[in-house]
Amino acid sequence: MRTQAPARPAGRLRKWWSGINWRTTAVAYLFMLPALVIIALFVFWPIIYGLPLAFTNYSVVGETRWVGLANFRRLMHDPYFWDALKNSVLYVAVVPVIQIGSIILAVLVNRPLKGVGIFRTAYYLPVVTSSIAAGIAWKWLYDYKGIINAPLLEWGIIDKPIYFLSDNRIALWAVMAMTAWKGFGYYMVIYLAGLQSIPKELEEAAQIDGAGRLGVLRHVTIPLLRPFALIATLMSVMGALRVMEEVLAMTGGGADTNVVALYSYQTAFQHFEFGYGAALGWVMALIIFAFSLVTFRLNKGGFKPE
Amino acid sequence: MTAHAVKRAGKVRTLVKNTLLYLVMTAIALLMVFPFLWLLSTSFKTASNVYAFPPQMIPNPATLDNYVGVTKMVPIWRYLKNTAIITALGVGLNVLFSTLAAYPLARMRFPGRDIIFGALLSTMIIPNGAGMIVNYMTLRTLRLTDTFLGVVLPSAATIFSIFLLRQAYTTIPKELEEAARIDGAGDLFIWWRIMVPLIRPTLLTVVIFDFMAHWNSFIWPVVVMKSPDNYPLAAGLLYLQGQFSYNFLYLAAGTVISITPMIILFLLLQKYFINGVAGAVKG
Repeated sequence: MRTQAPARPAGRLRKWWSGINWRTTAVAYLFMLPALVIIALFVFWPIIYGLPLAFTNYSVVGETRWVGLANFRRLMHDPYFWDALKNSVLYVAVVPVIQIGSIILAVLVNRPLKGVGIFRTAYYLPVVTSSIAAGIAWKWLYDYKGIINAPLLEWGIIDKPIYFLSDNRIALWAVMAMTAWKGFGYYMVIYLAGLQSIPKELEEAAQIDGAGRLGVLRHVTIPLLRPFALIATLMSVMGALRVMEEVLAMTGGGADTNVVALYSYQTAFQHFEFGYGAALGWVMALIIFAFSLVTFRLNKGGFKPE
Repeated sequence: MTAHAVKRAGKVRTLVKNTLLYLVMTAIALLMVFPFLWLLSTSFKTASNVYAFPPQMIPNPATLDNYVGVTKMVPIWRYLKNTAIITALGVGLNVLFSTLAAYPLARMRFPGRDIIFGALLSTMIIPNGAGMIVNYMTLRTLRLTDTFLGVVLPSAATIFSIFLLRQAYTTIPKELEEAARIDGAGDLFIWWRIMVPLIRPTLLTVVIFDFMAHWNSFIWPVVVMKSPDNYPLAAGLLYLQGQFSYNFLYLAAGTVISITPMIILFLLLQKYFINGVAGAVKG
């Protein structure tokens, strides 16, 4: 036994080594080469280099120095950061709205009705347009004399127009409404895929066993839909925390609507403080990671990859 | 009640239920499409009836002045050309590189495969905060800022596409590959003449999603491009919004021009758009 023990891993290694088809390996890596170079350079390198960058004062002007925790200390006392952080966290409130709305849409368009494709198309339409175009369209709805304000004013429901995008108290919610509208169609499709993956026989079997409509929903549909709900929720939580284009398009970050991603962008590309921007980016990444973990935990037991 | 009457009562109930369902679904559809319809309507209005009450859904009088005006004031056609270049270059590179890379990941056995696959997977979980900043610095080092190649290079091979395509390759029967190999076909030949044609539907999905991403992107092109002359349409709109916020009619016309090609493509290929999201989640 004792004499064989060290030989075994070596043997396994040798077996592994001799099992390699070198020609195939070379071909495989040649096929992957362009993609791997690009992904290494533009996906992995930012992850690696972003962290040390956050500890420098890297900027367009001046000499780059290692500044230790200075960026993070500055961040602690930066009121713009705290406002942006508060708004980013508030933005997550859009997630349940999107999820519930898109489940309802998915259930509606999952029926074998004539012309149901037209409705799927209509619900998905906002997804395919750019945030800037959608933002401009919504800005127009929100105009102080626009199609929302005009009738309310005319009928005397309000006596002053609602300044949706410049009133500090409601601007963020007005932008979130646009994000929800733009997201419903996307997540509807995810839930639709979920609903269609449930075998019809299962629901019928439950009905034969005496389950009512609610029973089927509770014991068959919802449990089988959970993996899809987890993915959809995770994606929309990340999306909400990362949001910047919608905010930029509608308010430019004004009226107490700035979010961390946009603030990081402004810091880097408008104030040219790359080091501080990178620090903001990293704090952001940590927050997204934390939220994702929480989402996973809340769905514990629901995620069972086959 | 006779059996006939019961059947008819059931039919009536279904009819009522379906009618209600159609009404609800139509109402939601109108809500979803309304912002664009309203913008479209506005783009044909004159300054004097833009705030008319009751609001005019169909403009009276309708005018093309805003379209003529915006194309005179802003280089819309130039923006459109830039968008076309960025989209074609971006989609072309990503489809080529991702289709190549996904093939061995799906169908070959070689050391490092699982590590590479795992590393790619992990990037979807790890959020990347400082990506835009570092990527801009990389492009500057490569002297690619202010170029179309610089705009598309960071997304010239996307992990999303590689996953979708890998999934498609795995469904192809092994025999096809083996038969070709016995006939003496080389790897590139097998990939290009046998595999790629078989994954065409997934390829189309990748093309569509990539097209959408490039056509709609505006922040990254603004970062990479120094000169507004090189902006794509969506970035041009952002610029236009800053410059002409006082002239909403022009902005509306410009926005309609920018989204029309995307909406036409979507209406033509909506099946692939919708199946694409579903496929990515199931994959």
